[in-house]
Amino acid sequence: MSKEEDVRSLTDTLSKFTSYIGKRLPTDVQAKLAELRTLETNPLAKAVYMSMADNQSAADRLNRPSCQDTGVIQYFIRAGARFPLLGELENILREATQEATRMGPLRHNAVETFEEKNTGTNTGTNIPWLDWDIVPDEDTATIDVYMAGGGCTLPGRSTVLMPGEGYEGVADFVFDVITSRGVNACPPLLVGVGVSTSVETAARLSKRAILREVGSHNANANAAAMETLLEEGLNEVGIGPQGLTGNKSVMGVNIESSARHPSTIGVAVSTGCWSHRRGKIRINADLSYEILSHKGATL
Amino acid sequence: MTKKILTTPLKDEDLKELKVGDVVYLTGQLVTCRDVAHRRLIEFGRELPVDIRGGAIFHAGPIVRRKDDGKFEMVSIGPTTSMRMEKFERAFIEQTGVKLIIGKGGMGPETEAGCREHTAVHAIFPGGCAVLAATQVEEIERAEWQDLGMPETLWVNRVREFGPLIISIDTQGNNLIEQNKAVFNERKRPVLDRIKRQVSFIR
Repeated sequence: MSKEEDVRSLTDTLSKFTSYIGKRLPTDVQAKLAELRTLETNPLAKAVYMSMADNQSAADRLNRPSCQDTGVIQYFIRAGARFPLLGELENILREATQEATRMGPLRHNAVETFEEKNTGTNTGTNIPWLDWDIVPDEDTATIDVYMAGGGCTLPGRSTVLMPGEGYEGVADFVFDVITSRGVNACPPLLVGVGVSTSVETAARLSKRAILREVGSHNANANAAAMETLLEEGLNEVGIGPQGLTGNKSVMGVNIESSARHPSTIGVAVSTGCWSHRRGKIRINADLSYEILSHKGATL
Repeated sequence: MTKKILTTPLKDEDLKELKVGDVVYLTGQLVTCRDVAHRRLIEFGRELPVDIRGGAIFHAGPIVRRKDDGKFEMVSIGPTTSMRMEKFERAFIEQTGVKLIIGKGGMGPETEAGCREHTAVHAIFPGGCAVLAATQVEEIERAEWQDLGMPETLWVNRVREFGPLIISIDTQGNNLIEQNKAVFNERKRPVLDRIKRQVSFIR
């Protein structure tokens, strides 16, 4: 294939994948929601879980975006330095966003700031948002697509704690965000926590944390223990689906971390709503692909 | 249990007996109305292009498709975070005479006051259930203020047994989500104390 044909082929794959993830939830999220629905005993909460299940089957049957807020499109790219279309990828993802917007259809969610005009294409200045990691010597690219909806974006918070506040302060911060602002963000939430050195590094890691699978754990034993403590603790609060109270509160708590300055603890929380629309796809050097997030998916 | 169905235009007596936590459905007219529409009416004094006296609004920004015959089709329409409209809602209820506000999550003291003073209610439609909701829209009758773009346009819908709608603020001003939040805050204290004893990693 010529380079032009390659670009067209990859744009087509990524348009279809971007549109697809708005309609069907990833396998890990589906499994967790089914588990939470089974464990629920509060009648109102059970009814809401049933509405959620009905909605997902209707979206599948009618081939429509399951939630009307298909978000601002964000791509988290982990690309090998030898991936053949590395230089073309930015434009390909922009094109893919526009095409997915027509195909989905996706809601128009890109408003140019200060001009305050909706572009109508889901593209705008720096949107879709791209987050890059370049891996030396590899020739594949793994892309996480995330639909950052308004509801689940609103609770987001980041701050810098003093070391005296410690990890105890991190726990306080997470609980405050989830029990106050998280209640309105379509629980049960997947809670992403970044523990790092400054506001922006913590914030980026907190978003990476919700891209990680539900039920997975941080490789560090203390961090993994804290994930479990926060998850169990938040579940004891019993927020339930939509904040209507219930047996559980969250789909899980994922922590991502980096080293920090000795004088600071940067901490951030990002939340994924129950309708956590993300997808992971690996593109090989010959542009064949494998969908890693949705079992059995075909584009 | 039989479904309790409200029909527009709504009267005070339809709403007075409703209590927080009750589940109802709506048949009739439902107009989407969110951030900028509230701002235009309350801050800029622009009259709403739809008469919603005795009516129902939906805090929602849907996905709409124009069909080959030129008519609009409702593709996906779930509720948006109602709290964003809190700063306008009391005055909005007073000026428009709206009786039923549907959205997602809780609202605050201003909306409670508006509901109490003007016999109105706020109800929650399960968030994220946007295709379920779209299948309960029979027709989009009109679209006003289309200059605001797809999410913010006032879509005038005819709906049938739209729900479940969980009453979250009733005409007495009782607030379900605020009551729940007080419970959550009460429960979280001992839980946090326990967690903090186990995360003293700095020592």
